[in-house]
Amino acid sequence: MNVLCFVEPGDELSAQAVGVARSLGDVRAVTFDGAYQPAAWAKALAAQPAEAIVAAGSDRGNEVLAHVGAILDRPFAANVTAIAGDVVTRQRWGGSLVEEARLHGSPQLLTVAPHTQPAAEIGDVEMLAAEDDGSPRVLERIEESSTGVSLREAKVVVGGGRGVGSAEGFAIIEELAALLGGAVGCSRVVTSAGWRPHTDQVGQTGTKISADLYVACGISGATQHVAGARGAKRILAVNTDPEAPILAVADYAVIGDLHEVVPAISAELRRVRA
Amino acid sequence: MRILVCVKRVPLTGGKMVLTDDAQALETRHLGFTISPHEECAVEEAVRIVEAEGGEVVVMTLGPAEAEEQLRDCMAIGADRGILLETQGEEWDAQATAGAIVEALHSEPEPFHLLFFGNESADAGGYQVGIRVAHALGLPIVTGLKKIDLRDGSVRCERDVGGPRDVYEAPLPAVLTVLEGLNLPRYPSVPGRLRAKQKPLARTAVSPPAAQLEKLRLIVPEGQGKQAEILGDGAAAAPRVVEVLQELGVA
Repeated sequence: MNVLCFVEPGDELSAQAVGVARSLGDVRAVTFDGAYQPAAWAKALAAQPAEAIVAAGSDRGNEVLAHVGAILDRPFAANVTAIAGDVVTRQRWGGSLVEEARLHGSPQLLTVAPHTQPAAEIGDVEMLAAEDDGSPRVLERIEESSTGVSLREAKVVVGGGRGVGSAEGFAIIEELAALLGGAVGCSRVVTSAGWRPHTDQVGQTGTKISADLYVACGISGATQHVAGARGAKRILAVNTDPEAPILAVADYAVIGDLHEVVPAISAELRRVRA
Repeated sequence: MRILVCVKRVPLTGGKMVLTDDAQALETRHLGFTISPHEECAVEEAVRIVEAEGGEVVVMTLGPAEAEEQLRDCMAIGADRGILLETQGEEWDAQATAGAIVEALHSEPEPFHLLFFGNESADAGGYQVGIRVAHALGLPIVTGLKKIDLRDGSVRCERDVGGPRDVYEAPLPAVLTVLEGLNLPRYPSVPGRLRAKQKPLARTAVSPPAAQLEKLRLIVPEGQGKQAEILGDGAAAAPRVVEVLQELGVA
């Protein structure tokens, strides 16, 4: 099978997509230079001969493949974890549920769910030309102004949920995060209440973290939240309720009120370091 | 300014995914329903624009008769009228959904200046309905937006790319797909809920074409049901917690 794979050189998710593309057939890896222009890039991809077009399940990969699907009027399966013939397994609900679905017709259009496949060598990449068709493209990039630890890349994230109780209640969460050199996270309940900015939200509609340790304080463990926390290697839950769903995804738990437990952990850290 | 917002009725899933016996859907007997979080921000943004500039916000959904509840919720925070493309409750794939939306737009008296979608639905997560509608209508589209500024005859948009933001511009009319964090949606007021009951809602029965991305079955992935190691109760657990932090190399 002739497989066209849209990659962004140096992108880890593209390397994961290439692995899946190779399992389907002979891969031709392609990319573009110049300002990102999804509709124009998709038009160039759609014009290539291919029986399958694969990309990473990244913001750009999903976007470009959706444009290809629209241009060719073909179905597109986003965030696929496995493919056998015309049956794909793909993520729903940010990975909290999967579906098996039949992808009808040709070419098959799919993206590969992030961090579900090992990375492959991308190998040679061909530069495709995309004609500027006047469709929206990136005009400029505004660099980030904040200097704190990024939630996405932090080694430790200390998160607070409804149990924190107020915006002020996050002082003890911030203190523990600072002691561990980590970032503060929170659940959707917290951002909806206005206690923390949306940029702090861990979840399906917030940031997906990849920390070595996630400390989830006063967080029940709704699927919306777990979809963003699943990438953490270890989860420690601090919760008053031993039946809370977060305990079914956590590695460690302390049963108790976070308002007592979290300051005690901070104090103990200071004591052993003194 | 005439603005269309497309939304989707989805269950409030809580802590655990439970499937129906035939593995075709989530068991929703004990669940409430809402719209996808990104779409809540889309509705809020549309209402703010029309509050500032005048015009009309129309909210549209494709779903079962019960999806009227979600359209009324949107009208309670300020949408002016609703359009329900009424199914028999079966699931539609993204291509079919986009086709039905485009078809319905042909019978609107005047075109919209802005068409808002969530970047992806909470449940199916297909990342494509807005893009397909844009292509079918021949309109420019920008996706994944966290900031929208209307200018004279155009719109300037910002998209978060992992910290930095990419800036796009599109002439109107345009299709925009948005992300949660674009704004903080308001809660509906009691008078707002009462007004919503009186607002116009048009229903059109629709029947699905053959699915091109055809759902076969749903599966709850493994990994739920892990047994957490209990490190202790209350503040007395702190020394054991710090030991674990040291073992993990993060203390």
